[in-house]
Amino acid sequence: MNFSADLSLALPEVILAGGALLLLVWGAFQSRANAVFTLAAVAVLAAAAVAAVVGPVGRGFAGGLVADAASSFAKVAIYAASAIAIPLGQPWFRRRGINNFEFPVLIVLAALGMGMMASAGDLISLYVGVELHSLALYVMAAMHRDDAKASEAGLKYFVLGALSSGLLLYGASLIYGFAGSTRFDVIAQTVSDGAGVGILFGLVFLICGLAFKVSAAPFHMWTPDVYEGAPTPVVAFFGAAPKMAAMVLFARVLADGFGGAAEQWRQILVIVALLSVAVGAFAGLAQSNLKRLWAYSSIANIGYAVLGLAAGDAAGVQAMLVFMVLYMVDVTGFFACLAALSREGRPMETISDMAGLVKERPGIALAMTAFSLSALGLPPFSGFWAKFYVFKAAIGAGLGVAAVIALVGSVVAAFYYLRLIKVMWFDAAAGAVDKPAPEARIIAVALALFTFPVVLVALAFIDPLAAAAAAAFGLA
Amino acid sequence: MTGILSLITYAPLAGVLAILALRATASAGGPKSAETAKWIAFVTTLATFALSLVMLAQFDRTTADFQFVEDFAWFGGLHYRMGVDGISVLFVVLTAFLMPLCIAASWRSIETRIEEYLIAFLVLETLVIGVFCALDLILFYVFFEFGLVPMFLIIGIWGGKNRVYAAFKFFLYTLLGSVLMLAAVLAMIGITGTSSIPELMTYEFGQGVQIWLWLAFFASFAVKMPMWPVHTWLPDAHVEAPTAGSVILAGILLKMGGYGFMRFSLPMFPDASAYFTPLVFAMSVIAIVYTSLVAFRQTDIKKLIAYSSVAHMGFVTLGIFSGNAQGEQGAIFQMVSHGVISGALFLCVGVVYDRMHTREIAFYGGLVNRMPWYAAVFLLFTMGNVGLPGTSGFVGEILTMTGAYEASTWAAIVAATGVILSAVYALSLYRRVVFGEITNPALAQITDLDWREVAIFAPLILGTLYLGVYPAAVFDFTQASVDNLVAVYRAAIGG
Repeated sequence: MNFSADLSLALPEVILAGGALLLLVWGAFQSRANAVFTLAAVAVLAAAAVAAVVGPVGRGFAGGLVADAASSFAKVAIYAASAIAIPLGQPWFRRRGINNFEFPVLIVLAALGMGMMASAGDLISLYVGVELHSLALYVMAAMHRDDAKASEAGLKYFVLGALSSGLLLYGASLIYGFAGSTRFDVIAQTVSDGAGVGILFGLVFLICGLAFKVSAAPFHMWTPDVYEGAPTPVVAFFGAAPKMAAMVLFARVLADGFGGAAEQWRQILVIVALLSVAVGAFAGLAQSNLKRLWAYSSIANIGYAVLGLAAGDAAGVQAMLVFMVLYMVDVTGFFACLAALSREGRPMETISDMAGLVKERPGIALAMTAFSLSALGLPPFSGFWAKFYVFKAAIGAGLGVAAVIALVGSVVAAFYYLRLIKVMWFDAAAGAVDKPAPEARIIAVALALFTFPVVLVALAFIDPLAAAAAAAFGLA
Repeated sequence: MTGILSLITYAPLAGVLAILALRATASAGGPKSAETAKWIAFVTTLATFALSLVMLAQFDRTTADFQFVEDFAWFGGLHYRMGVDGISVLFVVLTAFLMPLCIAASWRSIETRIEEYLIAFLVLETLVIGVFCALDLILFYVFFEFGLVPMFLIIGIWGGKNRVYAAFKFFLYTLLGSVLMLAAVLAMIGITGTSSIPELMTYEFGQGVQIWLWLAFFASFAVKMPMWPVHTWLPDAHVEAPTAGSVILAGILLKMGGYGFMRFSLPMFPDASAYFTPLVFAMSVIAIVYTSLVAFRQTDIKKLIAYSSVAHMGFVTLGIFSGNAQGEQGAIFQMVSHGVISGALFLCVGVVYDRMHTREIAFYGGLVNRMPWYAAVFLLFTMGNVGLPGTSGFVGEILTMTGAYEASTWAAIVAATGVILSAVYALSLYRRVVFGEITNPALAQITDLDWREVAIFAPLILGTLYLGVYPAAVFDFTQASVDNLVAVYRAAIGG
């Protein structure tokens, strides 16, 4: 394959990289982000999404980059989630006196990295993608410079993220050493010839590193602190798109590279999934800060996604993809609600802050109720359908016992979602709430409408697309 | 008449939209708009009831097949499938019948957040009717499960002192049962490749699988029923719920459990049902005897009636798992009759609660002196609860016991003592509340039923007496489906 054909496969990446650089130059001259600038960043992401859909399919750059149904499915979801984060975050920062043009640029760069993760065909592009998006996220977490908590969150995120990158790299080098190639297809050949201890050892490190990135237990401990400290719209972003990218990358490595060792990695994933569900459910019970609470909720939900992957077949990957798309809506929407709310200029972040919110702000309270019920997995909200796919795949793959344990875990977690609903609906109002930020409110309400009823129609489209995407992975 | 089931199911949502529109136009929360909202809700539920009667009139009583079937392909191999047969059709009508009464009963007693209250009830009606009409496992589960939310809000917002505890207990207990059912539902879809209830009713699962699936469904329906020993959420929920909430809970929501047993457990897992029948019988007779004794010791009127509900549901499970026509007919009849009688009893409690704001039995006494009409109405429903011949309560109890006698003599004999015990607690409650002289000065000015309350009770009185003297009104509808159910069940277990 020649270089121009390779480049055409990487069209979304080219658009994003070029767009990010142009925006950077533009921003350097302008120094302040205005509406046109924000819009341009969104347009770059939209163009990349279009390119991901209409672009050619195949492998390029000596197998380092894969463009297929799976990558375009993941990219559209990732770019869409990134695009929402820009109008959500920029005005939020502006109101706090931070009017940097870097925020949209960093989002575009993160999207570039995440797109590469979704398209990774070898260990090198895997690592480059992971690092590119991580570095952008570290900076965003600490962007609220004058806030001690945000700085702490950024630092914590950076140190632990670097540790996980180290694990990832160590595993990658082991795998390279034993397989003799960084390409997933060559690794797959080696594994199917008989997976030795050495290469599996490398795989375990790789799984640990990726588990860090998706914040699955037992590598979840950074999540609550970072969620609590980081600016709310940034959390809305990195609770969603990066998780999707990392899960797709997870599927890529395991399905394309280690399909022959499925029996081995399935065991690990089941344990990771159940631990995540348990940690997310039980540790969440003790939280009073909503951002921490949703950090634990995200740990539990990633557990369900990993359980789908643990099914180890095409239905499982499809379930994981549907789950992640629907979960992204929940998490972005919930943090959009939090970003919209403040009382006398102070953010409302604890459960007790939400007392009587239904009377004060019925629209946002209803949206938060929808997101909570959805994350709880109650039908007919989107979260139920997400879990429906995951548990169907898990039970179909013989993981019935694990599915029942995870379902019981969801009942435990139900308690804290219900507590939030109880506070919003049953309790007396805790005082006047400021007029909500318009952009956050619009995003929150739109996403809430997606969780129900739009999802019932949307699934008719997501279902076959996710099935096609799952078929692109090398699993039966 | 295809489409009428969806029409009935979603008709209450039209009322929700109307109330929301009213809220958006009128100054929200004003007394005027609240009054209009009540009328909107009342008319909507009444129209829904009328639609359900139209459906009942068109219902073909001679066939056991599902009728008014709607079927649209959805996503992921799921279908939107609705339909009713003789087992479910009466529950649809019962729901639609009780709802307008609930709205009317809340006319004065609910003073805060009235629009939300009405919306919760209308949404609940949609979901409950949906449960009885759904012919797709997942659709059934969606209706079944989401019903928790409006009830959670009804108990939690408009309930009594300890309402938060009761709401959480209600929700989490039921959810735990439901997720196990969800696991079984997904396993069934995985095994058969279909989620269609009619198709699954003819599918023969292996015996080993049946045991697990049966247990998972049992976990859900036993909690919903509720059966001893997982009944403890019910007294709490009843005591804290507002009157109309209790009526819906006892009158309709509990019936989902019995309906589930008849729709899923018996036809889909006959071997497991037969295998577990002794367990169910044991749990049922314990429920009948034990909760009757517990009821006798209660000091709160509502709690007493709640425990009596558990005892009466014991007769239902007894009838269902006896696996013969008398038992099944009796179970359906008992559920319909209990829906009317227990609903009426909770309304009776509501009448005095609205006036005195207490449900302590010791507070009352001698009400007959000031409230003769009330005493008469309360007496009728107390007798219905006891199972006096001539009221609908008698027919259900005698049939379920006849059915159970055939299946297990001992179970029937022990259950029969429950009839005596029910007379003990129900009559002593009546004596303590109604008879005697008024000793509590607070009761000196209590007023008798007003025309609104009479209007609410009138249809319930008629229903109880009509079904009591002419039970065929129910059996005509259920006969074909029950015969079919029993035949299939008998054939499957080789009896």
